[in-house]
Amino acid sequence: MTAPAPTTPDATPRWRRVRDHPATRFLVVRGLLHTAIVLLGVITVTFSLMLLVPGDPVRIALGTRYTQESYDALRAASGLDRPLLEQYLDYVLGAVRGDLGVSFRNGEPVTHVLLDRLPATASLALAGVLVGLLVAVPAGVYAALRNGRLADAVVRITSQVGVSVPDFWMGLLLITLFSATLGWLPSSGYVPFGEDPVEWARRLALPAVTVGLVAGSIMTRFVRAAVLDAIAAGWVRTARSKGLGRRVVLLRHILRNAVVPIVTIVGIQMATLLGGVIVVEVVFAWPGLGRLVYDSVTARDYPVIQGAVLLIAVLFLLINLLVDVIHTLVDPRIRNR
Amino acid sequence: MTSTRPSTRPSALRLLLRNRVSLLGCLILAAVVLAAVVGPWLSPYDPNATDVGNALRAPGAEHWLGTDQLGRDVLSRIVAASQVSLRVAVVSVSIALVLGVGIGLLAGYARGAADAVLMRLVDVMFAFPVLLLALAIVAVLGPGLNSAIIAIGVVYTPIFARVARASTLSVREEPFVKASLTMGTGHAYVLRHHVLPNISGPVIVQTSLSLAFAILSEAALSFLGLGVQPPQPSWGRMLFEAQGFVGQAWWMSVFPGAAIFVTTLAFNLVGDGLREVLDPARRTALAAQGGRS
Repeated sequence: MTAPAPTTPDATPRWRRVRDHPATRFLVVRGLLHTAIVLLGVITVTFSLMLLVPGDPVRIALGTRYTQESYDALRAASGLDRPLLEQYLDYVLGAVRGDLGVSFRNGEPVTHVLLDRLPATASLALAGVLVGLLVAVPAGVYAALRNGRLADAVVRITSQVGVSVPDFWMGLLLITLFSATLGWLPSSGYVPFGEDPVEWARRLALPAVTVGLVAGSIMTRFVRAAVLDAIAAGWVRTARSKGLGRRVVLLRHILRNAVVPIVTIVGIQMATLLGGVIVVEVVFAWPGLGRLVYDSVTARDYPVIQGAVLLIAVLFLLINLLVDVIHTLVDPRIRNR
Repeated sequence: MTSTRPSTRPSALRLLLRNRVSLLGCLILAAVVLAAVVGPWLSPYDPNATDVGNALRAPGAEHWLGTDQLGRDVLSRIVAASQVSLRVAVVSVSIALVLGVGIGLLAGYARGAADAVLMRLVDVMFAFPVLLLALAIVAVLGPGLNSAIIAIGVVYTPIFARVARASTLSVREEPFVKASLTMGTGHAYVLRHHVLPNISGPVIVQTSLSLAFAILSEAALSFLGLGVQPPQPSWGRMLFEAQGFVGQAWWMSVFPGAAIFVTTLAFNLVGDGLREVLDPARRTALAAQGGRS
């Protein structure tokens, strides 16, 4: 048995070799196909929402503003006077092109209304995930390293508590403490970053901490489990037994292998928060998608509800697809399965 | 065929209660259920009786948890609301359980095309964030208690379908199932007597965790004014009303929120305990170390 020949250094960078690997292509194509099928289902469910409304949605939406003319005009503008199949095909094609109809409330294109609100929700979700990571990574890694001891139990119980706290209650408590009592931070409102970055951050602080503490509690469990899995791997024992220092083992052998599951949970949390911060947005008068959905439900503005639900579901699917692709690129084991 | 059931069931319960954290969860739950059942007879005030002269009273001897902006007793309202919250949670999770386990069993047992179609449907449902989908359903059905129950039931169906399918897939390959089928037993019998009992562990765990989330979802919907309707008290709505008084009446937001939190926490603790106890591998380890945790 001769020793294996040293591998010749390859000039192409690693990421390009990974990208051009046939297995990567196969997985990406399969993922895209799956996403496309689910996407069609999502569009169909969103479309059928309006059909399920008992009674005439336009009549209900108009409420006291009802006149025969306004009714006919709105029905025609929303295409509801045409055959069902035509409406459906139109909706699917429109959705693909980014045309989601017009708002029942003011006739504005739904896409405009949504894009107006997206930055506020995206900044809140992003800030929430960041706060969550700041909590989850140290807590999860520490708990895993102290597995089974007191510190681990404390972290586990704390994360259990965090998962059980209603986020809107946490928001109310934070407002009571930091706005009403101490007067340190504003309790509501949103200022675009471009207008005044300092005020933007001050307004973002409380909602982001509210969202982040709950998200962080969920992520802590995943970080802990990921690190525990990495510690249990054979190479960690090998690394320890050949006398590597604790720092080297932790950084190079444990954390590096825990990164992939952590990236996954960050992606899922991000996707979940885009649609999951509705009540927090209402508490903090945050003009995002959640607040928009709430206002639209109250006003029975069905096209906007449909559009918001669709947009958030699509973002959710895309983020999941992205996470899968990153997975494949980062972890050679998935590629070579 | 109860006589053939292995005698491990009682020990599962005992193991659950031996874990201090799960025991705490069970005790809290027992207290909440007790409050919901006998509370209305014990609570000092009518939950809807207004007394404007006593509005916004801080907690004290007369009103243990204070009064709200209309002088209604916060404690009596919390107790009355516990009944509604538990009812919504139990009924909606039962809907999700029946639908989800049905779909999951069918998909995992039949496999092939039925599995592919059903699971793509479940994937579609999963693409919608829970509260958003619940809101959309309530928007369609109109606000109210029944809409909230249906909405929460529908949004938690996919998770049960996934759990049931995953377990069914593995149980289906067990030798005793294959043997039974070879002997000519009908599919309905196999499903009921072999598959269903053997997937019950993960389903029970999921039920407890879903009850926790259902409590949170109901509170959120009621907070938004789309669930339980006034004058019926609900924890979520109490928090909504408290928003206008954060500076003056902290008790209006602290206590109803604490009720939601404690109930949710209890279901979560019991769910986690059940997971430890019902997982065969972990149970052996637990039994070996005397159930300490």
